[in-house]
Amino acid sequence: MKTPSRQERVVITGMGIVCPLGHDVHTFWEQVLAGHSGIDRTTLFDASTFPTTFDAEVKDYDFHSHLRHPQLHEKCSRSSGFVVGAAAQACKQAGLDVETTEPTDGIDRVRMGIYLGAGEGSFDNDAFFGSIIAGWDTQQQQLVWPQSIRYAMANMKAAKELEQEPNMAVAHVSLLTGARGPVRSCLTACAASTQAVGEAMMLIRRGDADVMIAGGAHSMIHPLGLTGFNLLTALSRRNNSPQTASRPFSASRDGFVIGEGAAILVLESLTSAKKRGARILAEVVGYGCSSDAFRVTDMHAEGRGPVQAMRAAMADAGLNPQDIDYINTHGTSTQENDSIETLAIKTVFQDRARHIPASSIKSMLGHLIGAAGAAELIAAVLAIRDGIVPPTMNLHDPDPKLDLDYVPNAPRKMPVRVVMKESFGFGGQNNVVILRQYSEEGSRQAS
Amino acid sequence: MTTARVVITGLGAVSSLGLTVDEMWAGLTAGRCGIARIKHFDPAGFPCELGGEVPPYRIQDHVPKSFRKAVKLMCRDIELAVLAAKEAVTSSGLITKGIDPERVNIEPTRIGITMGAGMVSCDLPELGPAVAASTTDGRFDIRKWGKDGLAHITPLWLLKYLPNMLACHIGIIHDIQGPSNTITCAEASAHLAIGEAAQIIARGGADIALAGAAEAKINLMVLVRQNLLYRTVRNRNDAPETACRPFDADAAGTVCGEGAGILVLETLDHARARNARILAEVEGIGQSHSLNPAYERMEPDGTGIRIAVEKAMEDAGIRPDDLDLVIPHGTAIPQDDLAEARGLQAALGPAARRIPVWPTKSMVSTTGAAAGAIDVIAAVRAMNAGVIPPARNFTKPAAGCELSILTERREGRIRRALCCSHTHGGQTAAVVLKAFEGDAAQ
Repeated sequence: MKTPSRQERVVITGMGIVCPLGHDVHTFWEQVLAGHSGIDRTTLFDASTFPTTFDAEVKDYDFHSHLRHPQLHEKCSRSSGFVVGAAAQACKQAGLDVETTEPTDGIDRVRMGIYLGAGEGSFDNDAFFGSIIAGWDTQQQQLVWPQSIRYAMANMKAAKELEQEPNMAVAHVSLLTGARGPVRSCLTACAASTQAVGEAMMLIRRGDADVMIAGGAHSMIHPLGLTGFNLLTALSRRNNSPQTASRPFSASRDGFVIGEGAAILVLESLTSAKKRGARILAEVVGYGCSSDAFRVTDMHAEGRGPVQAMRAAMADAGLNPQDIDYINTHGTSTQENDSIETLAIKTVFQDRARHIPASSIKSMLGHLIGAAGAAELIAAVLAIRDGIVPPTMNLHDPDPKLDLDYVPNAPRKMPVRVVMKESFGFGGQNNVVILRQYSEEGSRQAS
Repeated sequence: MTTARVVITGLGAVSSLGLTVDEMWAGLTAGRCGIARIKHFDPAGFPCELGGEVPPYRIQDHVPKSFRKAVKLMCRDIELAVLAAKEAVTSSGLITKGIDPERVNIEPTRIGITMGAGMVSCDLPELGPAVAASTTDGRFDIRKWGKDGLAHITPLWLLKYLPNMLACHIGIIHDIQGPSNTITCAEASAHLAIGEAAQIIARGGADIALAGAAEAKINLMVLVRQNLLYRTVRNRNDAPETACRPFDADAAGTVCGEGAGILVLETLDHARARNARILAEVEGIGQSHSLNPAYERMEPDGTGIRIAVEKAMEDAGIRPDDLDLVIPHGTAIPQDDLAEARGLQAALGPAARRIPVWPTKSMVSTTGAAAGAIDVIAAVRAMNAGVIPPARNFTKPAAGCELSILTERREGRIRRALCCSHTHGGQTAAVVLKAFEGDAAQ
């Protein structure tokens, strides 16, 4: 296999987002800096009898408003609808043409790829549960298969079933952009879109693409998705106060708040971005990936995997702990994650750990699962651009055992050159991406 | 431009032809068909009642003692992946924690895993009691479900069905602490996973990687989808063994099945240093996308397939004439087979009429994400044996197919093989494999 002798530097030239805090990057960031919450009662279905009755939903969104030819996406799932909107925004900012077979942006479509961390589409609930009812023999406590099969064949719709497949988000983005280069989709639970951005960067470095549309899309806010997370007792049950339920690193944290959305970053080789005169928003300089190999239910108590991923990302970037200005944490607001993530940061950063701001915007945004990392990477880029670290909201009762600088309750103005973004997934997948303010001279690694 | 050499040192496969690579290869060379009427459940009501089912096994017999409780958290896709991983690791000579914790000969942080997985659909009977407790006047009642239904479901239910759990369980059993990823590009997943793992090794991200995929499509929800999309063959329920006919004039759809295929990949240096048996080399990978607004089918001219194949050859630094074997995706869905034939013909040029093409799904069925891994393993065994078995269920080429589909067993040296795949949704991928010839080949 070919390996290029010179690695391309990779920069970000466009961003787009559709999330509970807004349907564009500007609104999203304004809301984050204002400390607003995107969390409220579940409205997508009647969850009033579930242990948890709230979530972070995308509201009043219509992907048609982003497109000239929405008919190509008419039957898409909820999360694919989010991602075509986010991708259209990101391409617009990057100066890339969408919805055309004859782009004039100077990018050969064979040199344009897509990498998403994307989840399954929502179930066809009535038909799904109806199929079980049709076949369930309550006397024998067993399924009479042909009855379920006949019901499902008669009541399910081909397109709706197809659109549930997790590869359909990339399929829609491919049709939108015309991308013919490396197209992949991964699903490593809550770490997926950080992984997608990291691997997309690697494809550009390797010379396989000039542009990668990278990010994530996910909505698990459907009866079976919320059933799964409720059963795992992973969700906050602060039903009397949804807006303050996501409270990472606080003593009273009791679980995460599930959200939904899509976020896209346009990654581009520096050579290509310069050639096109594209505006460079930040540089992607490091990526590290590891697995806990511990348990499917729990994180390794010492944060073995996160530590390894953070170190791998810094080694990849040619950076040391003293180079990191800000850590955008995974910070889910579960007892386990926030403790172990804090421990892992201390292990890696030692004495410096308490002096690096480390915040979680999940306190406002909720947890977008597969799309979380990409949404948070957009916040990281904006932190660099504006010199503002976003806050961890709802942190009024710090956990005495957790003693990092979590940037409680208000954003902080400070120069931010290098950001580490962490994402950890169920099952023990750990992904870390490092972003840096773009400057001509570049990094050690690229020189 | 330099090259990094990534080699294959272990294989594991579970298919309708058997629980091991040897059984699968014996079946393929004998032209045996693993397709029959579905036995897992009564498939009456499906237009296609056929499937390629894996023979019976007891998962408890295939995991370390300490892991026997964890099998409760494994859906069938995970089980198949765990079986194939064990065979792959064992055959490579690597000793992981899961093989023998006393004699481990790997550095856990330097081994990674990249798996392809399907959309794992839950088992309906498991939800039966919960749904039964949640009806009002015979209809599903979400309020009852939230109040009473949930109590009927095991608390860790969700974890059984997350696609990344294939890699997670294997990773825990074998103590794989390096990079882990799960590619969910349906039937193109395995080639994309193998490609990504090879790239991770080539860039120094790991010394060793398990790469492959698994999927169990004999699941009510999965088959509903495949049947509704008219991907399955509907007119041959009475003739399972001749039902799946890739590139044949009488092809009328595919047959879904289940399987797993996993490779052990290593850098050449690492394999040499431990005196590993080198089975083949991963020489190039390519990928692209089909642009078709009818997402469930390939674009008719096969452009996305052509680009993936061209890029894989370019990555390997070879020309079409260098290929001695092509294993196509060949599902027996007529429109997709035609698109693939056109894509291959465009990419290979005049060589397309010469290079033997050997589709395998007539025997192993369409195993979703696993399909590409099973084909790569078949290609490696063909290269090692110097044998290409004849295509099964191929008598007369479909119109537009000018590929040289092999109708008779062929023996001879196979220096390079190409495997390609594509999927509903549109992702396309190709892998070039090279027979291992040591340093002389450089």
